[in-house]
Amino acid sequence: MEYLIGIQGQDFVLVAADNVAASSIIQMKHDYDKMFKLSEKILLLCVGEAGDTVQFAEYIQKNVQLYKMRNGYELSPAAAANFTRKNLADYLRSRTPYHVNLLLAGYDDSDGPGLYYMDYLSSLAKAPFAAHGYGAFLTLSILDRYYRPDLTRDEAMDLLKKCIEEVSSASISRRFHLHYLHLFNLFHL
Amino acid sequence: MTVFDQLSLDGLRFNLTSEKNSAIPLDFFTPPSANSASFCLPNHSTTVRRPFPLSHGTTTLGFIFQGGVIAAADTRASAGGLVACPAVHKITPIHSHLVVTSSGSGADCMLWERILTREIRLYQLRHRRRLSIRGTAKLLSFMLHPFKGTEVCVALTLCGWDKESGPKLIYVCSDGARLQGDIFSVGSGSPYAYGVLDGGLKWSLSKDEAISLAREAVFRATHRDAYSGNNVDLFHITAQGWSQRKREDLKEEYYRDMEKRSKDRRGKIKRE
Repeated sequence: MEYLIGIQGQDFVLVAADNVAASSIIQMKHDYDKMFKLSEKILLLCVGEAGDTVQFAEYIQKNVQLYKMRNGYELSPAAAANFTRKNLADYLRSRTPYHVNLLLAGYDDSDGPGLYYMDYLSSLAKAPFAAHGYGAFLTLSILDRYYRPDLTRDEAMDLLKKCIEEVSSASISRRFHLHYLHLFNLFHL
Repeated sequence: MTVFDQLSLDGLRFNLTSEKNSAIPLDFFTPPSANSASFCLPNHSTTVRRPFPLSHGTTTLGFIFQGGVIAAADTRASAGGLVACPAVHKITPIHSHLVVTSSGSGADCMLWERILTREIRLYQLRHRRRLSIRGTAKLLSFMLHPFKGTEVCVALTLCGWDKESGPKLIYVCSDGARLQGDIFSVGSGSPYAYGVLDGGLKWSLSKDEAISLAREAVFRATHRDAYSGNNVDLFHITAQGWSQRKREDLKEEYYRDMEKRSKDRRGKIKRE
């Protein structure tokens, strides 16, 4: 089962996603990247139905880039999150709804870091921490227990590792690779 | 005239192409609108009854190794419990450096392979360069997207060689998935094929070892899976293009395997 997690700190957002692309009982890829870079400071993590994820995420990605080309400056994370939610909502009651669950992580120069949780019913919530998938049932309580708004980066990494250990040990599929991305400097760990 | 001008689903027409006659219809640049045929149309109170079960069930595989790309597939087309045709071509060349293995509904695969071949050729004529394998996969994925949710069932593996970036293996299916990787097996026999491939595949295989591994994987899958069988087709793609081996009857492979097993058993009995 696919898993996304995000933790917001004082000046960073830490996000992680599993790396498995599965088709019923077969794991077709073990190094599948579920993160879509919307801009230098915004990242979209997308899980859900097979084709819908890439189609929807790439559509949002290209439109965010188009905004920058047209206007000369980038969309803020809050604006990008609301744009994404609006698109999800518009398609929800059409004949082709997109069944995708999203986490949007961004850093606004004036407002600071932000983590936005969206689900396939196009709900949107700005949250200090969030998770998607069956793993969310296991890890939200860990996050509730140990999360503090003034986490340092190392403490946030430790908290993330705790969550990942829990999901790996409780998950049916043992092969659970996680790909960390530390948003503030946007480097891969 | 593009594919969308000619296809008509019970009265809905996709007639969106830009005036400049570019290769890609404008339909690609927007997610499908409420007009696209993704659900049963309101005119039908019940779906049309199928005259016979569609042909499904197959074992196809592809993998990349140091000597290029190998594509292999069985040749059985099944319609429910009947072997509709024992000698189908499930691997089709698109151009000199790209073949596509097909799985799912046979009719849908044949149609979409023809459409893909035409669109790739048109692209080459219009832009005076060949579209990359990744671009081909994306084009195919976007062409299939309006039919998501309908009964179209295709799962294709594009196996090819790009001049710029070398060997490529990309899986595209009508659900919308598009995955690039080093090893894929698709179809009802794919779990059995994965079992053999995952154990034996190494980057450093020689060409003959890779071909015999592919043949073995298809053979084992056809042995266990009722919907795969008959013969095996093997293609090898390198920087010089694709080359096809003569179609091999898996019955011979079975007898060779039986012979080897009985020899092993005789050897064991002698030793005891």
